[in-house]
Amino acid sequence: MGNTSSMLTQYDIEELQEHCNHAFSQQEIVSLYHRFCQLDRNSGGFISADEFLSVPEFAVNPLSQRLLRMLDGLNFKDFVAFLSAFSSRTTLQQKIEFIFRVYDLDGDGKVSFNDILCVMRDLTGPFMSEQQRQKVLNHVLEEAGYTRDSSLVLSDFIKILGDSDLKMEVEVPID
Amino acid sequence: MVGLRSSSSEMDLDRPNIEEYLTTDSIEESPKKLHLRDLLDISPTLTEAAGAIVDDSFTRCFKSNPPEPWNWNVYLFPLWCLGVIIRYGILFPLRVAVLTAGWLVFFAAFIPAHFLLTAHNKWRRKIERKLVEMICSVFVASWTGVVKYHGPRPSMRPQQVFVANHTSMIDFIILEQMTAFAVIMQKHPGWVGFIQKTILEGVGCIWFNRTESKDREVVARKLREHIQGADNNPLLIFPEGTCVNNHYTVMFKKGAFELGCAVCPVAIKYNKIFVDAFWNSKKQSFTMHLFHLMTSWAVVCDVWYLEPQYIRPGETPIEFAERVRDMISVRAGLRKVPWDGYLKYFRPSPKLTERKQQIFAESVLQRLEEK
Repeated sequence: MGNTSSMLTQYDIEELQEHCNHAFSQQEIVSLYHRFCQLDRNSGGFISADEFLSVPEFAVNPLSQRLLRMLDGLNFKDFVAFLSAFSSRTTLQQKIEFIFRVYDLDGDGKVSFNDILCVMRDLTGPFMSEQQRQKVLNHVLEEAGYTRDSSLVLSDFIKILGDSDLKMEVEVPID
Repeated sequence: MVGLRSSSSEMDLDRPNIEEYLTTDSIEESPKKLHLRDLLDISPTLTEAAGAIVDDSFTRCFKSNPPEPWNWNVYLFPLWCLGVIIRYGILFPLRVAVLTAGWLVFFAAFIPAHFLLTAHNKWRRKIERKLVEMICSVFVASWTGVVKYHGPRPSMRPQQVFVANHTSMIDFIILEQMTAFAVIMQKHPGWVGFIQKTILEGVGCIWFNRTESKDREVVARKLREHIQGADNNPLLIFPEGTCVNNHYTVMFKKGAFELGCAVCPVAIKYNKIFVDAFWNSKKQSFTMHLFHLMTSWAVVCDVWYLEPQYIRPGETPIEFAERVRDMISVRAGLRKVPWDGYLKYFRPSPKLTERKQQIFAESVLQRLEEK
């Protein structure tokens, strides 16, 4: 019989590896493909927001709604590309680029005071007041030499996060 | 690994090992000023989200396990073909015949008993109970169930409730062939629903619809009434509320644990040597599931009746439920996951998200005060 849906050819896998800058080994890509098929319940070839939310561990994540705007309707190629930011083979700079993209949802290449505030709102929910959030953000921005009106670009993010010990790795289980 | 660890500990011998005195939490919470970097760095939350996308313990609970592929070669192939012919060509028709005969006998006795013995309630119930046990034995025989029961056989008495882990509706059949339990179950459509309504009501089973909250109240009331009656069949509850693949246990619903009576845990472990007994109700109808079982060589399983447990003073029903889940998981070799099985049907409550938000908000506020 054989599980035909799991048959990725060498060409497919190599193309995918190319697409994600070799962030994943061939085995990892096969594993990810199994996982993709598992999440894609109606076998439509893409994963809808609803299907992502059926994973409770994802649904309870404070940033899940924000991430869904990047994730909704991903096909396998984009799915791999999205997850490549979490590979141990991906450079720090690429990881920071990914974080930048999470902040910069409208994709204009700039992260404003409001963009950061939005993420903070997701992360703190009702446990910080809007005033507290603004106060905190104002304070740390000024301390780092920015103002409320300055908008951050990617190079700022690299400067700010570049020397921190950013640990953003997810291991792909291989069975 | 071992070599590495020993060499590093040798190096650290002369230094006091601070990690031993401080837990990791307290190290992380050491006063640090809040910088922009800390606020922008959302990598822990992102890592968690990506980790859940790549792999999560909840989905694992409901994953059907494909049969172990065996080492194919030319010699085994004819044997395998022979096996298929025997299983589908001989065993399956035989089993269908046994099942049909069983049902014929069952109805031939059940219908007269049900309608003619209305005056002798006690007799009628006894006969009905025996018949249900009989038909369940026929079901078990129809998949050549090799069931080993460990521990004392449950007897009828008030003030006790049996709880078991749940893999498939056949759990119920396997337990029922030994003792006629009254079970709390989800209402099913089709022929299963028909059997539920006509026959199993006779042994005192209670049906409800998971999605209706009004049903849940009714069930809670019926539960209390049921355990008071001395000549009621022992009550059986599957507190997970959904079928799990027999590798994991999901959280127990607390209903069975707040009745204030003895809770008798039952652990059921299936051996997957011939067939995976997990019923994935979203993928397969119960009829298909039975067909699957009836065309396999055998269903092998172990059933353990464990010691009755009582709620301890000062223990909440939820803690009690967790303790019983521990017992069952250990006995049947299952892993526990902290999820509610109903998440298959509902989204998780926002409270879980709020807890994460609270932790983050508190750490930010605390570190701001440190400045």
